[in-house]
This record gives sequence, structure tokens and C-alpha cells, in this order.
Amino acid sequence: MAASANVRLRLETVRLTALFNRTAAVREVSILFPAHTVTAIIGPSGCGKSTFLRCLNRMHELSDGGWVTGKVLLDDVDIYAQDVNPIQLRRRIGMVFQRPTPFPTMSIYDNVAAGLRVNGRRPRKEMDEAVERALHQAAIWDEVKDRLHSSALELSGGQQQRLCIARAIAPQPEILLLDEPTASLDPAGTQRIEELCHELKRLYTIVIVTHNLQQAARVSDYTAFFYMGGLVEVGRTSELFTKPQVEQTEAYITGRFG
Amino acid sequence: MSARTVRRRVISGLMTGLVAALSFTAVLALVLILGDLIAKGASSIDWAFFTKSPVPAGESGGGVANAIVGTGIVVGLAALIGLPIGIGAGLFLAEYGSGRLGFLVRFIADVLNGTPSIVIGIFAWTWMVKPVGRFSALAGSAALAILMIPMIARTTEEMVRLVPHSLREAALALGYPRWRTSLRIVARTALGGIVTGCLVGIARVAGETAPLLFTALGNLNFSTDVRHPMQTLSLQIYVYATGPFEEWHRVAWAAALVLMGLVLILAMVARWVTRQRYGRVR
Repeated sequence: MAASANVRLRLETVRLTALFNRTAAVREVSILFPAHTVTAIIGPSGCGKSTFLRCLNRMHELSDGGWVTGKVLLDDVDIYAQDVNPIQLRRRIGMVFQRPTPFPTMSIYDNVAAGLRVNGRRPRKEMDEAVERALHQAAIWDEVKDRLHSSALELSGGQQQRLCIARAIAPQPEILLLDEPTASLDPAGTQRIEELCHELKRLYTIVIVTHNLQQAARVSDYTAFFYMGGLVEVGRTSELFTKPQVEQTEAYITGRFG
Repeated sequence: MSARTVRRRVISGLMTGLVAALSFTAVLALVLILGDLIAKGASSIDWAFFTKSPVPAGESGGGVANAIVGTGIVVGLAALIGLPIGIGAGLFLAEYGSGRLGFLVRFIADVLNGTPSIVIGIFAWTWMVKPVGRFSALAGSAALAILMIPMIARTTEEMVRLVPHSLREAALALGYPRWRTSLRIVARTALGGIVTGCLVGIARVAGETAPLLFTALGNLNFSTDVRHPMQTLSLQIYVYATGPFEEWHRVAWAAALVLMGLVLILAMVARWVTRQRYGRVR
């Protein structure tokens, strides 16, 4: 069932502003994320890139004092509309965090199955297949296939992170949000995740936040540069890195600040 | 070796010695109590002690079977009432307790935690003994449950708070509803700590005497009817240790040893439970 491979989903933000109480962390950001592309979000620490990402699956509103104005359109439907259930929505948009977060009380298998089980019971065989498929897609199947029922905590950091990716993609979301997924990994682990991005964009639309410019250049089709809560520039990665339109962008990517 | 290194080593050695001595003092109290109990109580313990009810004063033989069973019933019933409420309150405090209501509940729990147990006994007597006109094990259980709830609520809260926030977020991002995140992910991760807290709470109230004096009252005969007075080990110790007969004193020592043993077993089970299925909790 490779349903998501055929879906041409567009994700778009329209004048999206994210606030903590009365302070805006992200201001009036409008970006289009084309289907089956990787978009990297770069910018110095505190520029609002993580907060922006958390608006895309309505996680921001769970933070203390977090609220949002503007729109996030998923296939032309505003995910902040009254009749959208945020819990249902988050099942359609997978997210992976900075630090690996496997559920410590669950086995490797149960971790991957967690997102499927919350969507309702399904036959054992179907579940086995879905778990195996997700682990294959996350390129970790070969390393864990003989110990699916041992603790997820026995895995290395890099493996745990790929397990978290498997957990996020097991319910076959339409969008995959990665929040600095390699921040706590060694170079080998980082490389595996980056390779994975290339693989996974065939199936999902990916938005990746990173503070590593080389990584953005390596994995993404489009890059958006954020500064002080605002979107400075967005464009094809090849163009943004070679001939940036805005001076601030050039200053950042050439390492003159941030 | 430089003078500084020597000085550091000497200080390190002194401090280690000091800490070891203090630890030894702390453990010494337990060793002395246990030693005393064994010396004075062990000789009176035989099979009949566990299987027979007390005999009238002056006769020898008999046991404390009624008190052992009574302790089990009174404390078990208290746990049945107290654990769900305590755990539920703890979960509430940790997960939703940042508002005014949480502050209030936490404050009340702390006050209740510091309330002398005899006051709680009087309270249970006023509401559950006086209106009915009869002492009952049930009233004793209620008193113990009230004693247990704040302890368990606060430890549960502490344990749940230790679960990293990132785990909660990971579950929510997967599309878990909040209540399911709390129960399936957060509470389960903290389960080892919660169970330990519960067992320690149970062990604490198992030795309580004051709240039972005018609720469960005590009973010289074997009884399992919770609507009537019931004997517990703590009540038996209280009555027998202050009684006039030499035989009673011996029984009191032995009963104390049994009670201590029960508490020790609970503490050991708590330890064992903490070693979770998947090793470390946090």
C-alpha cells in the first residue's frame, strides 16, 4: 500500500505568526512547500525556525502561552480551522525531534506500532507488515530485525533516531517534519539520516530544520532563511546558496554572522 | 606528589571516612531495633503463633492469627480506597496541576500529610463510628486511606514529573490524545517509581496504631467482618505491651517482629519492582 506515493499534497503557510503570550516568535511567514521535496529551514539560534515547524502540526499551541494567527493550508484546507481536530491532524503529519525520544517502556516493535495503535486496532499480520515496512523505510530493519522485542533503549543514539523516524512514518503521514534530527548524532549517524531524507521524499513532503548549512545544502531542494522570527528569503537550494538575493542571507551563509 | 595533591588526598580520605561513619550511624538504629526484636520476640514465634487466635489471659499458647489477617484486611481495604485516589490525584497534579486548582490540591495534600494520624482517627470516628454506633474495620481502613492518599499523591507527582517532557511531546506529535499520553506513555514510564511509592505508603500505614484505636478498635477473636471491630498487629502490640501479664509482653515482642518483617518484605518488593522490565526508569 504505497498510497502516499501518489498523493500530491501541498503544504503552504499564509502570513503565519506564532506567539508566546504577547511576544511573536515567528512573524508573517508565507512559504509554499511543494509535494515530494525537501525544504530546509536555516537561521541562527532563536530565529524561530523550530517554533515555525511546530506550527505546521499544531504542536506550538501546546506550549505555555502558545498561539497562532494566519493560516497553514494542507491541500487548501486551513489546519487551524474550527472543524479540524488537532489530534487527527497530527496523525497525518509526522514529527521527529532533536533528541531521540523512543518510549522507554516499549520494545522496538511497540515503538513503531505506537502511532498505528492509536489509530485503532488492526489484525496482527497487517501490523507486522506495517512495522516492517516502516523499519525498512527508515533503513534500520537489518539492524533490528532479530531483536524487535527487546528494549528500544538498547539501540545507539543514531539507531534510536532512525527508530523515531520509523515511528513517525509508520502511520503513513503526508508530511514529515524533522527538527534538527542530527543535532545529537555523530557524523556517521548524521550521514545515514541525510541519505534517508533523499529516500523518503519520494513518499513524503519533508521540512527539515537545521543549523548546519552544509546539511541544508546536501539534503534539500528548497531552503528558507529565517532571521529574528521573519522569513528573509526562500528559494531553490542551489540558487540560494550560490546567488542569494538578500544581503542578510549572504552574510549568514558565508559565515559572517550567526 | 605535590603538596597540593597530598592535601587533596587527605581531605578526600577524611570526608569519605566521615560520610561512612554517618551512614553507619543511620543504619545502626535499624540494626539495633531489629536485633532487639529478634532477641526478645523470636523465641515466642512458632507455627501456632501464625495459625491460632489468642487464648485467655493466664493460659499459655495461642497466637496472633486474627491480628495478622486483620492487618491484611484493614490495610488491604485502605489500599483499595487510597491507591486509586492517590495515584489519580498525583497524575492530575503532575499533568494538569499548574493552575489554581492544582495549587490548592497540592497545598491540601501537604497539610494532610502533616496532620497527626490520631487526628485523622478522631475524624474517622466522628463520621464513621459515631453515626453507626459501632466500631468497625471499615472505619479503620478509611482512616488509613486518608493517611495514605497525600503521601501517594505527592510521590506519584514527583515520579511523573521526572519523565522527560520530550517523551510527552513525541507522543502528542504521533496523534496521541492528552489523556492517552498521560496514561500510556508518561504514567507507564514512571510506573516503577509509582509502584514503589505505593508500597512504601502501604508499609507506612501498616504500622499505624493511633488512627485505629477508636475505629477498628481491636478484637480478641478471629473476625473477617469489616463492619465489626477487628484486630490488627499494631493494636495487638499496643494492648499487649501495656498489659499486666508477662505472657502478653512476650506476644507483643513477637507481634512487633512479625509486623517489622511484613514491612521489610513490602520494602523489598518495592525494590524489586523498581528494577523495571527494561532496566532503568530514567
